[in-house]
Amino acid sequence: MPEQAHEITLVVNGTLRRAEVPGRRLLSDCLRHDLGLTGTHVGCEHGVCGCCTVLLDGEPVRSCLTFAVTVDGREITTVEGLADGERMSPVQRAFAECHGLQCGFCTPGFLCTVTALLRENPAPTEEEVLEGISGNLCRCTGYQNIVKAVHRAAEIMAEES
Amino acid sequence: MTTKLFGEPVQRREDPRLLTGRGRYLDDLGPDALAAAFVRSPHAHALIRDIDVSAALDVDGLVAIYTWEDLPDRLAEPLPLLIPHPALTHGRTAYPLARERVRHVGEPVVMVVARDRYLAEDACALIRVDYELLKPVVGVEEAAQSAQLVHDDVPGNVGAHLVQEVASADGRGAREVIESAPHTLAFRLDVERSASMPLEGRGVHARWDADDSSLRVYSSTQTSTSVRMAVAAKLGLPLPKVEVVAPDVGGGFGVKIMHPWPEEVLVPWAAMLLGREVKWTEDRREHFVSSAHERAQVQFVRVGFDGGGRVLGLEVTILHDHGAYTPYGIIVPIITSTQLPGPYRIGSYRVEFSSIYTNTVQVTPYRGAGRPQAVFCMERTMDRIAAHLGLDRTAVRAANFIQPDEFPYDQGLIFQDGRPLIYDSGDYPESLRMLKELIGWDAFPEAKAEAAREGRRIGIGIGCYVEGTGVGPYEGGHVQITSDGRVHVSTGLTSQGQGHETSFAQIAAAELGVPLERVSVVTGDTRRFGYAVGTFASRAAVMSGNAIALACRKVREKALRIAADALEADPRDLEITDGVVHVAGSPHASVPLATVAVLSNPLRYAFDEEAVRATQFAGGSSFDRPPVEEGQEPGLEGRDYYSPIRSTFASGMHAAIVETDPLTAEIRILRYAVVHDCGNLINPMIVEGQIHGGVAQGVGGALYERMVYDSHGQLLNASFMDFLMPYATEVPRVETAHLQTPSPLNPLGIKGAGEAGVIPVSAVIASAIEDAEGIPIDRMPISPSDLFGLRRAAS
Repeated sequence: MPEQAHEITLVVNGTLRRAEVPGRRLLSDCLRHDLGLTGTHVGCEHGVCGCCTVLLDGEPVRSCLTFAVTVDGREITTVEGLADGERMSPVQRAFAECHGLQCGFCTPGFLCTVTALLRENPAPTEEEVLEGISGNLCRCTGYQNIVKAVHRAAEIMAEES
Repeated sequence: MTTKLFGEPVQRREDPRLLTGRGRYLDDLGPDALAAAFVRSPHAHALIRDIDVSAALDVDGLVAIYTWEDLPDRLAEPLPLLIPHPALTHGRTAYPLARERVRHVGEPVVMVVARDRYLAEDACALIRVDYELLKPVVGVEEAAQSAQLVHDDVPGNVGAHLVQEVASADGRGAREVIESAPHTLAFRLDVERSASMPLEGRGVHARWDADDSSLRVYSSTQTSTSVRMAVAAKLGLPLPKVEVVAPDVGGGFGVKIMHPWPEEVLVPWAAMLLGREVKWTEDRREHFVSSAHERAQVQFVRVGFDGGGRVLGLEVTILHDHGAYTPYGIIVPIITSTQLPGPYRIGSYRVEFSSIYTNTVQVTPYRGAGRPQAVFCMERTMDRIAAHLGLDRTAVRAANFIQPDEFPYDQGLIFQDGRPLIYDSGDYPESLRMLKELIGWDAFPEAKAEAAREGRRIGIGIGCYVEGTGVGPYEGGHVQITSDGRVHVSTGLTSQGQGHETSFAQIAAAELGVPLERVSVVTGDTRRFGYAVGTFASRAAVMSGNAIALACRKVREKALRIAADALEADPRDLEITDGVVHVAGSPHASVPLATVAVLSNPLRYAFDEEAVRATQFAGGSSFDRPPVEEGQEPGLEGRDYYSPIRSTFASGMHAAIVETDPLTAEIRILRYAVVHDCGNLINPMIVEGQIHGGVAQGVGGALYERMVYDSHGQLLNASFMDFLMPYATEVPRVETAHLQTPSPLNPLGIKGAGEAGVIPVSAVIASAIEDAEGIPIDRMPISPSDLFGLRRAAS
């Protein structure tokens, strides 16, 4: 028997999007496969790696632990929505400048996490940066340049504000 | 002036795409593809009595269900044994879908194809497989002694047995030398299982074009060319009708050099059969139980040495846990046994390994590929010698170093490429001097005493390694300059985050004298380059980097020849700067490479204004010579290959300072220092990134990561909740210094850097903990509870 579908409306990266999803559809799958926003990645599907992190009403959440139907009507920002048109956000530019990514698979999750972190705390200490990104796994970089990138992003944001 | 590009920390060209969500990883492809999912064995060892799919047939959206019995011809045969070796007398590989028997938890038994992954998994859950349980063989020592067999026709569970021995200068074997040595020690070491664990698992997407009878396969692989040959062979397709593309790959670290995975042949087969795109994306649990692990070894060491700490004889016997199958041959234990001597001149060396089957996930290379175990063994040995003699640990190492004037240095062994293991260059004493300075080795005892007065325990450790990189047989590069002045570079090997698009572009831009922005690089796409081996063994920069440089030199030579004709100059007087060929010292007598590209291809038909210059009535060509001269080809392009006589040997030394909590036994790394020598650096920023990442994986292997199997062969920690990989909070800041001893073996003088960071970390951390605690550390990883147990046992 076909599954019952639910119509949901999401504001994704500032655009109103509609989707018909079964109750069990994960937000990560909805974003990736129903809305075609494949920048959000899925690394473990059990909420540990943080690759799937998106901003839900501005707060970082694990989209792989969220059912799409539960966020009906909410605002979501994915990695595709971080840049200002063609100009990358300070966080994105800092990651490029500091070599804060290698394979790039965990990167969208880090970018969303760090974007929220710096909005809350525009000038974090070393400890606060480590704490802030300690829910995201990266298997390539050893984190050193990610930490550097977070500080650099804070610097760019301060310069540009 | 063209900006200097080789050796500069150029920002990566792949980043804008990856930072804005425009990367194309495997699961991002084929939005309309059908989804495959697998029923996998829940048992470590069992016979399959029956497979009942009837309950699954009612699942909405189900398209097909396949078991081994459905597989045709060569697909029904066992998967290839990729690297045969005479010592691998009992090599065994799995069937794409289990035939009658399963040998580890996670082995694929049934493939389901459905409209989407949710529905495919619904169907999998309704398929009933009736198993007759057999006693599983778990643990390498148990397997070596067990009467129970993983494969009925492999006695003693021994897949391979290999001895290599290098006699002393006076012709005596290691055993004899050790017997007569002034000092001897014997001990045992244990290294546990870990795994590559890239954040993107494996995945395959296949598209069959029935009208064209051609197949395109995308795979998250480290070798698209070899997957292509395997797919063509397994499916009986002509090679030119099969294309394999590695899209953006979310990390590999070795596990994706294994191929063809069952899914890499099954998914394309299903796509052909169904006439629909089919995709399979591995989930994390599948990755834990059905891909590959590495590291697990038990080592028995006997060493004989003199009063100065010089190793006169070394004998190592290794039990290597190979898991249920040996598709990648015995590369891992070969590397362990041959890289074990490291930077040292060992008087006489005997190494013996047995590769043992167990009912666990198969073992194939993971970054470092047997070297972390080798270095753990050699460096633990050095520390034990130092402790026994009461010498400084660095002094014992220095006493054994191969000296800079001894290169090329023949270790007398046969390496993983089947060729003699001969070190090409290096400077180990200088490396040690730099490391001691970087970490403050000589001042440490004072710091340690000071810490002790505060009730703190700190210790310092060291580890040295030599890494054979850039193994053959070859790689190739193709370079084409088109009439718009753009430079298109392709090479067959793949990328998984190493920044090849950037470093290869740096090489091409530097060789050709063109701006970096004009160069684009494609890797891992058999449509662009069909001949390649793959990305593993820290070989991409060495192999493809040099191949691309050689191809560029061909193109450059051709460009200068054509430009010389056009400028009526001698090619030897010409230079290329910023994409313009000009007479040296005379910038006005010049012709852009774009125009040279036009002139390189004699035309009948013009396609734009620039192209008019190459048409037949444009004049300028000699009537005495054919438009395309003998031995020449139209177009400004070149292809070349780099095939080295043998590997080039990078090296490095790491040191760490750790603190252990006197109460909780928590282990914290206070400082981590790396001196690294990979010859000439193409892009120091990328090399440092590789080292950071390697060290982080090494820290995981030293302190956190282990695959925990119970006696039933169940992997107890098959999730990121329980298999602990380091977060930012667990990885120390890495302090690096570079030494550059260029390789004399290749035109660019480079050595590989990809695996280096991970190799000595377990040895270094063990050395530091031992120094802090005064308790011998003989196994890795070590957790706080392990250390707590060691303290209790020692007291």
